[in-house]
Amino acid sequence: MPLLYVPIAILILYSFNDSQLVSVWSHFSTRWYGELFKNAQMREAAWLSFSIATISATASTVLGTAAAFALRSMRPSPGRSLFEGLLMVPLILPEVLTGLAMLLLFVFLGEAIGWPRTRGTATIAIAHITFGMAYAAVLIRARLSQQDPVLEEAAADLGATPWRIFWRVSLPLLAPALIAAWLLAFTLSLDDVVISSFVTGPGASTLPIVVLSSVRLGVSPQINALASLLVLFVAVLMIAATLVLRSSSRQKHG
Amino acid sequence: MDAHQDRSLTAPSPPGAQSASPLISLDRMSKRFAGTPAVDDVSLDIARGEFFCLVGASGSGKTTLLRLIAGLEQPDAGRILIDGEDITGRPAYRRPVNMMFQSYALFPHLSVERNVAFGLEEEHRPKAEIRERVRAALDLFDMAGLAARKPHQLSGGQRQRVALARALVKEPKILLLDEPLAALDKKLRERAQSELVALRARVGITFVMVTHDQEEAMRMASRIALMRDGKIVQIGSPSDLYDTPRSRFAADFFGAANLFEGRVTAISETEASVESTEAGATLRARSASSLTIGMPVAVMIRPEQVRVSRETQQADNALRGQIRGLVFLGSTVLCHVGLDGGKIIVVRLSPTEYASAGAPADGESVYLSWPASSARVLTE
Amino acid sequence: MSPKSLSGSRNIRAFTLGLPLGWLILLAFLPCLIVLAISLVEARIGTPPYEPLFTKGSGLLPRINATADNYIRLVTDPLYLDAFLSSIRIAAISSLLTLLLAYPMAYAIARAKKTTRALLLMLVILPFWTSFLIRVYAWTGLLNSNGLINNALVKLGLIAEPLPLLHTDFAVHLGIVYSYLPFMVLPIYAVLEQLDWTLIEAAEDLGASPLKAFWRITLPLSLPGIVAGLLLVFIPAVGEFIIPDLLGGPDTLMVGHLLWTEFFNNHDWPMASALAIALLVLVLTPAMIVYHLRRRGEAAS
Repeated sequence: MPLLYVPIAILILYSFNDSQLVSVWSHFSTRWYGELFKNAQMREAAWLSFSIATISATASTVLGTAAAFALRSMRPSPGRSLFEGLLMVPLILPEVLTGLAMLLLFVFLGEAIGWPRTRGTATIAIAHITFGMAYAAVLIRARLSQQDPVLEEAAADLGATPWRIFWRVSLPLLAPALIAAWLLAFTLSLDDVVISSFVTGPGASTLPIVVLSSVRLGVSPQINALASLLVLFVAVLMIAATLVLRSSSRQKHG
Repeated sequence: MDAHQDRSLTAPSPPGAQSASPLISLDRMSKRFAGTPAVDDVSLDIARGEFFCLVGASGSGKTTLLRLIAGLEQPDAGRILIDGEDITGRPAYRRPVNMMFQSYALFPHLSVERNVAFGLEEEHRPKAEIRERVRAALDLFDMAGLAARKPHQLSGGQRQRVALARALVKEPKILLLDEPLAALDKKLRERAQSELVALRARVGITFVMVTHDQEEAMRMASRIALMRDGKIVQIGSPSDLYDTPRSRFAADFFGAANLFEGRVTAISETEASVESTEAGATLRARSASSLTIGMPVAVMIRPEQVRVSRETQQADNALRGQIRGLVFLGSTVLCHVGLDGGKIIVVRLSPTEYASAGAPADGESVYLSWPASSARVLTE
Repeated sequence: MSPKSLSGSRNIRAFTLGLPLGWLILLAFLPCLIVLAISLVEARIGTPPYEPLFTKGSGLLPRINATADNYIRLVTDPLYLDAFLSSIRIAAISSLLTLLLAYPMAYAIARAKKTTRALLLMLVILPFWTSFLIRVYAWTGLLNSNGLINNALVKLGLIAEPLPLLHTDFAVHLGIVYSYLPFMVLPIYAVLEQLDWTLIEAAEDLGASPLKAFWRITLPLSLPGIVAGLLLVFIPAVGEFIIPDLLGGPDTLMVGHLLWTEFFNNHDWPMASALAIALLVLVLTPAMIVYHLRRRGEAAS
């Protein structure tokens, strides 16, 4: 199983290699990190990616939560199956198809209603929200189905209106799933290159788009440094989330 | 024992009395789930200050009836009045009743204190009042020291008390209890039974409790409604239900019963004669209303009402049989007596009674007898 | 509930259902319809680079400019047919390889002590959270002709010349197995974790050797997990773009990659759309077959 980590470990190791030739080790250096931070295009792309990821993760979580609650309140019916199926669409479709379909939609909308006039940050975010909410809904539904509806009944019995029940009981109990869903949507957005490439426009190059165009030309030490930083960032995020989730599950099960 | 004393103290209105203005009045309530009736045309009045028990097997509709009162289910037909006010269709959060859930349903993300305060906060009470009332409620249950704990840090008994405090702090007109003691182990449960009865007397709130345990119901209730297939089979005080059950089902549900199937051959004002091939004799028992000659009925006699002796008895009902098994339970002796026709009669004797009957051994022939006044004719 | 309270919860329901449903109809369903529409028109040079599907007709009805040309090209031009067959082959082989690797892992995790189980699962899932792009890219550094693997082999004297590892179908298979391993491990683990191990003890008690018991009990009972895993790997793999793009060679033909080329390099949007529709059918077919088999299985039991 540790074998799974070898490619990434070597990538991180070589990000500290001074040599321009990525596969020949010369000596330890942080030279490529320095060059990375000086790279204005990278900085801008990183800022853009993080902004889009934050927005789309938040919206995905809201929409995914809504979808999960809607599905729970619906009785089995053809309409419900249809909604469930629709929610699965972004999970099943190959990325190239999703990307193409989204782009064609934006082109169509641009002609039909004049929006979006140009593609870029907004269209990328919208595309990311669409698949993000599908993933978020899966996680939140799983948690919601484990939740005992008697707690909501107890809140109603104690005088809480449906809205108050939602805010005071349902949502706090879902917190771990909401955090997990947000993180998943965030990393998926941060990572997406195929769909972004389709729906982006002039000037809006996310980090993965820059990385892809760079690595298609070959291995680059600067990209190694960037990749190492991203891995570190995600690892920290994951460990933090795991700790949060573990403490809350301990709270629940004693 | 405590339970009995408490009950006699706190149930001044004669059991079964339909007082002029019942606190709860259910009027022909029905509820179906996916086509099958869970509660079927039930009418019921519960008086102020009662400790009312709904008993029945699982699936008899007792919990659904409780949830209809709570407003957690809405009836398909019928009305519900509390204090004379029609509250049919009013949602749970606007009813003057509170429920103690079987699983307690304590909010896992809130402390004991915040759980208890929840209902008062939803009423938008002033902060000072909430603090005061929560403290009083926790004091009532000796839980003040655990106010900051989370539910998962409590024992089963402590959780049960928090659930009670949370429901009672709102001072509802009615407290509904759904199998409130089912999650406790046997020893704790018996203590909690008498505590609950004492609590009801202290707070003066009407309790409506669901349980599947007939013994628990008899021990705690001022009145009991026995349910089956969504209908109320019989309502009465515990002694009513035990002594004068109306049906074979009720007789069997509340304690052990010996039943003899037969046909009515004679009816007097107080007694009826029933010819039973199972008994191999004509039995005499206290009459029931609406009997007719030739009607198929059952005669019921409780195991502790049957006398055993080695000699023939001069009595209303006397049968001969053979001991087919003896079980010594310490305070009682259970005898299984096989009649000549093959029917087995269960007899419950105290050790003294057993000794004075000559301590018959397994396989010995004995005579059974009982007065007509302790036997009942059951039509249903 | 009373009309008033009903309207309260109705508002909540309208919000929770309406928002995601509206979003999905507009951004998941409608786009697929548009792809279908564009796949039926001809490409042209301009903005947008395709002919309109509807133009003003002579009467009230619009003229429909639908053509099946793109689909005819799809089945007559060997390039596209080869791409489909090659995609299916690569995805299928990779899925099976993933299964061979993932099953023992899932089995080991399921039989591990409860405390270590969580850690092992975490180890399998964690790479999934790091960037897909980076994980695939990491292999390019390893597989390069002057990459770590070749350098090591040359130094050890096992080979004289560096092996062509990168930009081959081999690298594509490797990339798929590596990237989608968790998708196979998790569903198999989920089934094995639920497995009643006394069944195996019972089988052995009845005289089955451990191997026989595995073959007759464990394997059949873990079939649902295996099928789910195969689907979860095959479906994304068959439409994969990044892996063939970074690890594949000029001969590696995959539909996802071809679609990208048609779109970005040839600017043939209608052809890309026709490929997308064909890809959709390719992806949905196995999912539908499994869905129906499962439904029939549920109905039978």
